[in-house]
Amino acid sequence: MSRLKVTIDGNEAAAYVAHKTNEVIAIYPITPSSPMGEWSDQWSSEGKPNIWGTIPLVIEMQSEAGAAGSLHGALQAGSLATTFTSAQGLLLMIPNMYKIAGELTPCVMHVAARSVAAQALSIFGDHQDVMAVRQTGWAMLSSNSVQEVMDMALIAQAASLESRVPFVHFFDGFRTSHEVAKVEQLTIEDMKAMIDDELVRQHRERALSPDRPVLRGTAQNPDVYFQARETVNPYYLAVPTIVQNAMDKFAKIVGRQYKLYEYVGAADAERVIVMMGSGAEVAQEAVEYMVAKGEKVGLLKLRLYRPFSIEHFIGALPKTTKAIAVLDRTKEPGATAEPLYMDVITALTESEVAPTFRPKVVGGRYGLSSKEFTPAMVKAVYDNLAKPKSKNHFTVGIIDDVTHTSLDVDHAFSTEDPKTVRALFYGLGADGTVGANKNSIKIIGEDTDNYAQGYFVYDSKKSGSLTTSHLRFGPKPIHSSYLITQANFVACHQFTFLEKIDVLKGAEKGATFLLNSPFSHDKVWDFLPRTVQQEIIDKKLKFYVIDGYEVAKQTGMGQRINTIMQTCFFAISGVLPREEAIDAIKKAIKKTYGKRGEAVVQKNFAAVDSSLANLFEVKVPAKATSNFDVKPPVPDAAPEYVKNVLGPIIKGDGDLLPVSKMPIDGTFPTGTAQWEKRNIALEIPEWDEELCIQCGKCVLVCPHAVIRAKVYDSDKLKGAPEKFKAVPARWQNFKEMKYTLQVAPEDCTGCAICIEACPAKSKTEVKHKAINMVPQIPLREQEAKNWDFFLNIPETDRKVLSTGQIKDVQLLQPLFEFSGACSGCGETPYIKLISQLFGDRTVIGNATGCSSIYGGNLPTTPYAFNNDGRGPAWSNSLFEDNAEFGLGIRLSIDKQTEFARELVQKLAVEIGSNLVNGLLTGDQSTEKGLEEQRARVVELKKKLGGIKSADAQALLVIADVLVKKSVWIVGGDGWAYDIGYGGLDHVIASGRNVNILVLDTEVYSNTGGQMSKSTPRGAVAKFAAGGKPRPKKDLAMMAVAYENVYVARVAFGSSDMQTLKAFIEAEAYDGPSLIIAYSHCIAHGYDLVHGLDQQKLAVQSGHWPLFRYNPMLKAQGKHPFILESKAPSIPLEKYIYNETRYSMLKHANPEVAQELLKGAQQDVNDRWKLYESYAAMPTNGNGAKPAAAEKKEEAVAATKGAGND
Amino acid sequence: MIDLSTKYLGLKLKNPVVASASPLTQDLDNFRRLEDAGASAIVMHSLFEEQINIESEELDRYLSTAEHVSAEAMDMFPEAGDYHLGPDEYLDQIVRAKAAVNVPIIGSLNGISPGGWTRYAKLIQDAGASALELNIYFIPTNPNIDAEQIENEYSYLVKEIKRGLSIPVAVKLSPFFTSMSAFAARLDKAGADGLVLFNRFYQPDYDLDELEVIPSLQLSRSNELRLRLHWTAILFGKIKADMAITGGVHTAEDVIKAMMAGARVAMTTSALLQNGIDYLRFVLTEVHDWLDKHEYESIQQMQGSMSHKAVRHPSAFERANYVKVLSSYAVR
Repeated sequence: MSRLKVTIDGNEAAAYVAHKTNEVIAIYPITPSSPMGEWSDQWSSEGKPNIWGTIPLVIEMQSEAGAAGSLHGALQAGSLATTFTSAQGLLLMIPNMYKIAGELTPCVMHVAARSVAAQALSIFGDHQDVMAVRQTGWAMLSSNSVQEVMDMALIAQAASLESRVPFVHFFDGFRTSHEVAKVEQLTIEDMKAMIDDELVRQHRERALSPDRPVLRGTAQNPDVYFQARETVNPYYLAVPTIVQNAMDKFAKIVGRQYKLYEYVGAADAERVIVMMGSGAEVAQEAVEYMVAKGEKVGLLKLRLYRPFSIEHFIGALPKTTKAIAVLDRTKEPGATAEPLYMDVITALTESEVAPTFRPKVVGGRYGLSSKEFTPAMVKAVYDNLAKPKSKNHFTVGIIDDVTHTSLDVDHAFSTEDPKTVRALFYGLGADGTVGANKNSIKIIGEDTDNYAQGYFVYDSKKSGSLTTSHLRFGPKPIHSSYLITQANFVACHQFTFLEKIDVLKGAEKGATFLLNSPFSHDKVWDFLPRTVQQEIIDKKLKFYVIDGYEVAKQTGMGQRINTIMQTCFFAISGVLPREEAIDAIKKAIKKTYGKRGEAVVQKNFAAVDSSLANLFEVKVPAKATSNFDVKPPVPDAAPEYVKNVLGPIIKGDGDLLPVSKMPIDGTFPTGTAQWEKRNIALEIPEWDEELCIQCGKCVLVCPHAVIRAKVYDSDKLKGAPEKFKAVPARWQNFKEMKYTLQVAPEDCTGCAICIEACPAKSKTEVKHKAINMVPQIPLREQEAKNWDFFLNIPETDRKVLSTGQIKDVQLLQPLFEFSGACSGCGETPYIKLISQLFGDRTVIGNATGCSSIYGGNLPTTPYAFNNDGRGPAWSNSLFEDNAEFGLGIRLSIDKQTEFARELVQKLAVEIGSNLVNGLLTGDQSTEKGLEEQRARVVELKKKLGGIKSADAQALLVIADVLVKKSVWIVGGDGWAYDIGYGGLDHVIASGRNVNILVLDTEVYSNTGGQMSKSTPRGAVAKFAAGGKPRPKKDLAMMAVAYENVYVARVAFGSSDMQTLKAFIEAEAYDGPSLIIAYSHCIAHGYDLVHGLDQQKLAVQSGHWPLFRYNPMLKAQGKHPFILESKAPSIPLEKYIYNETRYSMLKHANPEVAQELLKGAQQDVNDRWKLYESYAAMPTNGNGAKPAAAEKKEEAVAATKGAGND
Repeated sequence: MIDLSTKYLGLKLKNPVVASASPLTQDLDNFRRLEDAGASAIVMHSLFEEQINIESEELDRYLSTAEHVSAEAMDMFPEAGDYHLGPDEYLDQIVRAKAAVNVPIIGSLNGISPGGWTRYAKLIQDAGASALELNIYFIPTNPNIDAEQIENEYSYLVKEIKRGLSIPVAVKLSPFFTSMSAFAARLDKAGADGLVLFNRFYQPDYDLDELEVIPSLQLSRSNELRLRLHWTAILFGKIKADMAITGGVHTAEDVIKAMMAGARVAMTTSALLQNGIDYLRFVLTEVHDWLDKHEYESIQQMQGSMSHKAVRHPSAFERANYVKVLSSYAVR
């Protein structure tokens, strides 16, 4: 039978089989498994049926724990059900996994195996998560490649139904899950032939049904639990044979034969590696290479890990084996060894041949968090085995200079097939490089006989992120599950990368180099750094240039150079004859963009045609001539730690850092983002000091804290750079002082939101404002000097500033700066505001999500400290428990404060009554009060130093808690509305003084746009492809219902004053506070330069009513609910149809869009009525005036647009 | 029996009042109501090629910019099955309108590219439109493009479109041509079956608080009719193309004046937006009554009766008229 060849990734391969062989699919997004759920949802929404002809029902749950619970229920009620997950998600499923297995329920869940958050979170692949469920009673089947993922998904399904044992089918996250490869697609007939309907019938018959009632899930006592637990043994004993039989049946139907434990290599091998996962593919490539050279080596690939079959395992090992290395892609600190190694030892010890067959066995760890595992490392493992005294419990792939576990690796060892084309592309996240390369690999996979593989690496920034695409193709199957280090084609899609990284490091001799260059082929040479010139000469590279951005501009492509660079790749790489390649690209364009309209197709066609005419070969001079070179990753002035540890990570050399350079507990210094000068903005703001009214709005809205203001004495201008700007300050109380607004030119991302916020327009030409975008390069050097000078001007004294005014807030130093968030991010201004107002005494518990990534993803952090060394202390616990984590921080601080106060009282005589009195009763509600308290604590510590008692020493350690601390619990709507809601609810009900900031983008932004319960009706999101049919949950009013919670709903683009008030009041309130902050987001689908306008429209349309609910007002006999926006003044559609998340539904399904719009408009109307009547309602019958009347003036002031405050 | 019928673009219409392009034609129910109220033909709202392109490009742009943000978010939106971009919705509306009413449906098109004009014109014809109105909405802001170039392009466009179509084609013009008569003759020669006088442009207004320009379109008023009457009267009898007046047609008197100036039809929109669709019935009744009262037998009888060539003092349409108007102000 001929089967379709498709070029897909592992996630799609697994989802394909899962969707075809199940009826209920309960999902929750978690990287890197999210696409499996997304595919399933999409296929169901497109009406694609399973093999029984019915469309699987897909439901997104509030967490993985929820998904597992629903999975359990669906299975118990007789459906075939599945789920997909990774990492912490799998851990959240553990309780239900025990249940499902304990009840012998057939089921397959597909896991993109990923690191577990320990000293740090990591989204990358290893086996730590799956190893954490090996004890749950689920069978575990590993897939090593994309083809295997599809095949094993089906084999697992068949075997589970037959054995009644549930299966975890796993493959390496961010390798196999995201590796694009050409595979043979199983047919419906294949699946029907593999799945026995009789077994499905039996599964249904075991289901809970009132028609044949049973009791399941009882509680058992010491008398019988044990025996009952042992009843399942025969089922587990049967599994290996059932799986092997399924594999054999599969081989008969499909032609690919798998074994539970599959041996490859020399028949008389002496040294054997035992391992599972994508690393086994790499090992296979190395083994085949080494065997061809006559070495007696072999590899045993494990597929069935649980139940472990000693018999099959021993049977698969060559009898000649003298030494075995067991490789575990996991880490179990404190264990005698890692699990697979122990399984192998047990197997060898318990096997019947044990008395005579006694090979040496060593174990090692490799590949944690997708750490590269290469043939050179495989070789190192074999070399270790060959030694008389092999290193045991070794590591490979890192340099361990602490406990010296690592093996030495000869990185020059390569097994790359010379017939395989290896292409390496450096691009920007936003320029379409990855998309184009995915397209290319599909073209090659589907239009040629070549085997093809694509893998894509991103850096950790959301704005200006560097992507590297690794493409391999050739006549032979590709097992190379590792990055390309010897490329015969290198393309650099961004000229500026040349000064940041050595893009030609991976180019092999004679390779082709394609550069997107603003300089023509006859001029470009002089603009290349010396290293690049030398590499081109030394490696004899064929060098081509195209001005991709010019071609993009000419052909209407804007900043998208994807099609252009793709065309050039095909034109010079010779993969396909040129004409054929152009046809294939155009066909792919039609397929990819056809839906988006003819205009889009035509401009892409134009780009293809124009590319060829603008592609030129460069005549390479004989000598390197440049007197400049690739820049160091951080400046010389950076602290040693930044230079020695973070610098190499920034440069892309993090793999070379030895263990000793890493912190033992995941603790890093803050204030490091300032050293990572990214220079990603093409244009930056320039200040017109004459026009500026010094309102501070640009400072407030800047997402990256790159616009700063200071007021200072004019003598501080001594030694200022020539172009440094300063004007008289426009403050009554700073009349004699100077004011400067300074931009950090190298940290700006060029979002231009500041320009939108600026209310000062020129009287002679209104487009000119007090701040204007201008090209960065001409200003870079001058402004960098100005920036450095500006930083050294003392900060304005906080005590004399009125923090209730935006104008003064601009002068507060931000302690959150230069994050890697998206350009124009709508979340970061809120965090920055916290850092300005309370940053020097704040502890932040941050839920996993965008804010934890731009907040705490290495190499650098935007959290910073002031000149006194104080700043936010930040940590991310998990996604699901952030409220509880923050509460714990609060409890800890409260307890220590209580203890410290007790000790102060206890030591009153020694300390002195004045100081004691001050420490215990001093006012800390103002900056002045705080400063005075800090001074008292300094004095206290001095005194305590001289007291020997245990109490004094105990107080000395915790004395700092006597200065009021602010605890902020920060996260997105995915956390607050969904996975963390239970905890959030409990924490706000606790009455404790925590401040909760919900950065509400109305969607799971970090994991790629999945629906949350905050997603509004009518918006399209993943898992709501047809537009969300239900209204947004009103989290704010749910919290208001507690009555003792401070609640505010804010949108800084609509009213910065109201936002500011809310933050100050929330912090001041001695109880739980919840601020729900409208955050415009790239996931809304519009140019974020209009973020502020959209915020205004959100408020004007009534979608986002602004209010503050302050329980303190109630205590004063006032109405606590202050509704601060006016009644909806524009129809909802005026707001929503500016955003793709809504408008795409209008294009895709106009009738449904119309219906949902009607519903959404009704939601808005109803909610407004509710809010209005609530605001007008007398409270507690105490005759309190409705706040609407009382606060009218205040409310009107607060709702004026950002330009009017 | 008074005969209100007229002929426009070769179509026999039961009366001279045509409902012109407006948001009203976005709703199918309004077609029925317009027909019931007596509209003799209905001009659809314009299909804007530029809008189609913008929608399509924006969708592409915003779907694309949200792609590959990070390893975790390779895209932000689910793939939709298909998008209704382009003219599909518009063409469907023509098909449905044709099925719903008996009066002719005139398609209206605003293109930006030569390919776009001809492609969409053909599609509108194929959808069943009885005629096509070219809504050439172009503001020349580039000082390097002179009048000749613009007129050449218009003329070329009309020829090209006529070449590919079998239905009649009218051209909706702006009043901003140096020599309207010569240009009308050129279009006539290029094959235009009708001229629609005149387009009304969005005009910017200023927001003095925000110092921003706000584009706005106000509903027309009766006094705008005069410009149309003026040029219709001048062109009548000098070109073959039928003329339609649009802009400022609010009352029965406006319709009658349009006929006397030489128009075949008078198109009305603003009056219907202001007073409701049923107002059209009222206008028609009044037109009928006026003809009755003044003993006219038919509309056709009066068409052009007060055109430039039909009046005793044609100078009234020329400079003398200007002097007269000025002096009339002076006497007050």
